[in-house]
Amino acid sequence: MSAERWMYEGYEMVVGLEVHVELATATKLFSGSPNRFGDEPNTNIDPVTLGLPGALPVLNRHAVELAMRIGLALGCTVQSCTFARKNYFYPDMPKAYQISQYDRPLNADGVLELPDGSSVGIERAHLEEDTGKSSHLGGSGRIHGSEGSLIDFNRAGVPLVEIVSRPDITSPDQARLYASELRAILVAVGASDARMEEGSMRVDANVSIRLPGDPLGTRCEIKNVNSVRSLGRAIDYEARRQVAMIEAGESVRQETRHWDEGDGRTHTLRTKEDADDYRYFPEPDLVLVAPDAAWIDAVRAALPPLPSVRRRILADATGQEPDAESVMTVVERGQDGYVLAVAEVGGSAERALVHVKEAFAEAGNSPALPAASLAALTRMETEGRLTATQAKTVLAEMVEAGAGDPEAIAASHGFEAMDSSELESMVAAAIAADPEAWAKFCAGEGKAMGALVGHVMKASRGQADGKAVTAMLNARRDS
Amino acid sequence: MSDRITSEVVAKVARLARLDLYDAELASATEQLSDMLEHFADIDALDLDEVEPMTQPFELVNVMRDDVPGRTLDRDEVLAEAPDPVDGRFGVPPILGTEP
Amino acid sequence: MSETIRSIVSAVRSGARSAVDVTREHLGRIEAREPEIHAFNLVLDDAALERAGEIDATVAAGGDAGPLAGVPIALKDNMCTRGVPTTCSSRILEGWRPPYDATVVERLAAAGAVIIGKTNLDEFAMGSSTENSAFGPTKNPLDPSRVPGGSSGGSAAAVAAGFAAASLGSDTGGSIRQPAALCGVVGVKPTYGAVSRLGLVAFASSLDQIGPFTNDVADAALLLETIAGHDPADSTSIPEPFPALMPSLDRGVVGLRVGRIADLPAGADPDVQNRVDAAFEALAKAGAEIVDVTIPAFTYGLTAYYLIAPAEASSNLARYDGVRFGLRVPAADTNAMYAATRSAGFGAEVRRRIMLGTYALSAGYYDAYYGKALKVRRLMSDDFAAAYSQVDVLLTPASPSVAFPFGTKTADPLAMYLCDTYTIPSNLTGHPAMSVPFGTGADGLPVGVQVLAPALGEPTMFAVAAELERAAGGAR
Ligand SMILES: [Mg+2]
Ligand SMILES: [Zn+2]
Repeated sequence: MSAERWMYEGYEMVVGLEVHVELATATKLFSGSPNRFGDEPNTNIDPVTLGLPGALPVLNRHAVELAMRIGLALGCTVQSCTFARKNYFYPDMPKAYQISQYDRPLNADGVLELPDGSSVGIERAHLEEDTGKSSHLGGSGRIHGSEGSLIDFNRAGVPLVEIVSRPDITSPDQARLYASELRAILVAVGASDARMEEGSMRVDANVSIRLPGDPLGTRCEIKNVNSVRSLGRAIDYEARRQVAMIEAGESVRQETRHWDEGDGRTHTLRTKEDADDYRYFPEPDLVLVAPDAAWIDAVRAALPPLPSVRRRILADATGQEPDAESVMTVVERGQDGYVLAVAEVGGSAERALVHVKEAFAEAGNSPALPAASLAALTRMETEGRLTATQAKTVLAEMVEAGAGDPEAIAASHGFEAMDSSELESMVAAAIAADPEAWAKFCAGEGKAMGALVGHVMKASRGQADGKAVTAMLNARRDS
Repeated sequence: MSDRITSEVVAKVARLARLDLYDAELASATEQLSDMLEHFADIDALDLDEVEPMTQPFELVNVMRDDVPGRTLDRDEVLAEAPDPVDGRFGVPPILGTEP
Repeated sequence: MSETIRSIVSAVRSGARSAVDVTREHLGRIEAREPEIHAFNLVLDDAALERAGEIDATVAAGGDAGPLAGVPIALKDNMCTRGVPTTCSSRILEGWRPPYDATVVERLAAAGAVIIGKTNLDEFAMGSSTENSAFGPTKNPLDPSRVPGGSSGGSAAAVAAGFAAASLGSDTGGSIRQPAALCGVVGVKPTYGAVSRLGLVAFASSLDQIGPFTNDVADAALLLETIAGHDPADSTSIPEPFPALMPSLDRGVVGLRVGRIADLPAGADPDVQNRVDAAFEALAKAGAEIVDVTIPAFTYGLTAYYLIAPAEASSNLARYDGVRFGLRVPAADTNAMYAATRSAGFGAEVRRRIMLGTYALSAGYYDAYYGKALKVRRLMSDDFAAAYSQVDVLLTPASPSVAFPFGTKTADPLAMYLCDTYTIPSNLTGHPAMSVPFGTGADGLPVGVQVLAPALGEPTMFAVAAELERAAGGAR
């Protein structure tokens, strides 16, 4: 799981990520229009959303609180902050300025610890408003070559938090890990549903390359990355492109580039020369936000356990490493509580983890099957009364029904624990049938065990418990 | 700050502000802006290093609203005022350039 | 011809006169003289009569018709009125009907007022003569060869001509006080945050304030009490209750310290200065103590203002892009559409200020211009605070001159900007100030004396203004 350091032709990459996340509020950042995805166009609008003359913004307290949760979860300092106007013309930006935060953001200086033990600094996490959405007419629905565009302002004014990392990321794997860990945190603290596919979490990457020890190179900003997987691909492509340019004696131009999922490349969107001058200045229609210690403490106290802590707890309970795939997956799905509940009622946490990871992919964070039922099943396994394969079959039936007694289901399938003397004779038969494998196994070649277990499985038509067979083989060798 | 402003700067400012300036206007706008900025040079003599900028008359703090839905506007009433309403949306000509 | 709000309200509430009659009388005066004066962009005759009828019905039914029952009031055409065109005297908003009412409009309606029309202004409130209106200038009713002042020239003229018993204007750098002075009526710029800005089309958000024009000081107090007060929809609205004003009108000035600014920038015409001197004398005679103070930063107000206001305006006026409302000049792409629309839709002064403000905020110039202006604003605020530790109010001219003939200042923007010399500082500090007619100057034209007070010092400011009014023999 640990992120490999990326190197290409002797160059290393330097990556910083800017993540925009839509907050899970009922209303917009500065007005009472609903913050709701998927409604009829231009129905969630009011004078503020449309930037009508005379409209005035009033800040949504809950949005500030959700932003504080994000800041605190990322170890940021939550501080007094102001809003600023970022001025630019674009048809989906109603006022021709975005209310954002500039020199005094709400959250500053945090760190995101990644599951592989590395960490990435957080420069800031500030509040700002989202834009509307354009759809393009003609030209196959793309902005280029379109005959015009239609604007829907339902999304305009939806609260966003922009989380800006420090340029601490050194590989595509680490970038992916950062994005998925950040996503897990955002979901865990209830700040956002953070769905990259739906655009409620949007990741831009600032990528540059350099020879180790050199100062930072010229960076390019990559936009339109719509999944964690594409993030890695886009960064990898972009860094290689930059290396190729440098190696060809050219220099990298500072620009904004667009990731094209189809052709797997980045393309120039806009060069620095024609970038706007945003003329930031303090937003005169809003006042200072100064969260006091009591508010900050209350928000901190109400934070749920973060994914890193939950992984540690689950790992300890199941005897795994915190970054084991099963632990990562189950915590990401929010099913760690269920696994611990199974252990609580006398089940095997280790077995429960495996079953939950494999059988409950679609089950949401609290599976419908009572923890006691799964606990009973895992007990039958640890007592050697069901093989892993049989347990899977029983579980599938229980999941289907949302309940069930594993003893009864096992009985109905005729799953009966093989008598250990029966199993012993099968093991003996396997050794007799394949003396070569047995000799190798005894000589310490671990791989040879597979062949012996295979014989037993074949003879028992899959009913033998693989673990029990292994134990018998080990015991015979060691005796 | 008493440097006279150039017509290149004025042209750039007009682009930023999305205003068309014809050549004749550019010259007079440059002239006028220069005159004003010259007049405004009176504050150059002030020692402002230690002075805190003042952005608003009064320092109100933490003015916030509850996250409760309020009134929304009627789409038809709003679109009746739009230059080019199309299918419940606001029509615009092709967009050149990209969102920041 | 100039009737007070108070007399109308008491007559209407007692049933002695009908609100419909009062409205008809005003509409009659509008019919007679509006073609010459052009105070209005829109006269709401039918709607006003209908509203007046409702007031009369309420009175007839024994209900409470409100503290402004049946009072015809004109609104500067930069305040949003639902379904009623709100133009800011600009081509870019011509015909635009807002889908909502400004808070002041709601408050006036709740108080029983009758909105009689939307008044002319310098486009987007940028100007001091109403000559910058895209729909033609307003004439001064006292001498139609002269300007009414600006930018709220239409609102001042409407009251001076008897078209409305009172009106509302907006004041960003003197746009209520200067036209009030030039038209011989009372005009008040309240403390910033006293009156909600919701629905006031923004010029410079940190400076804009709505305030009343009236025939006398007591009317101004009554109207201001009605429109002031906290509005949760305006984040800069003062949360504390607005102080009562009516009780201070008869307070007198005994024991009050009235400041004379020793280092006030020169520039007032002698006829104006004479009246201000006379005002000091009158107050001294009435028992006030006259105290000399200095406000060194006063002289830098013009520069600070003409950097800050255009900077905010350049951003506030960026929304006029032809996408959602108002004018659109079609073009091949959005950028060309913006530029064509904005160049055709904005007049010369508006474009000039957008350019100035854009420049003052742009990369490389922010610190030298906008940033510095904000620091001067702080100096101004500190200097005023020091002065108010010694005095209760300050007195200055409201305008350097009486009403001037059309065209005399249009060629030179700076000459026009100098009209605001004495009014600008109160906008920068957020303090209240008002202009009270105090006799006449050159050519028998009215002179306004400006009374300035610290934040929420309106009660004292009104006490002094009422005393000046009594001294001038102007109380009605
Ligand atoms: Mg960014
Ligand atoms: Zn952003």
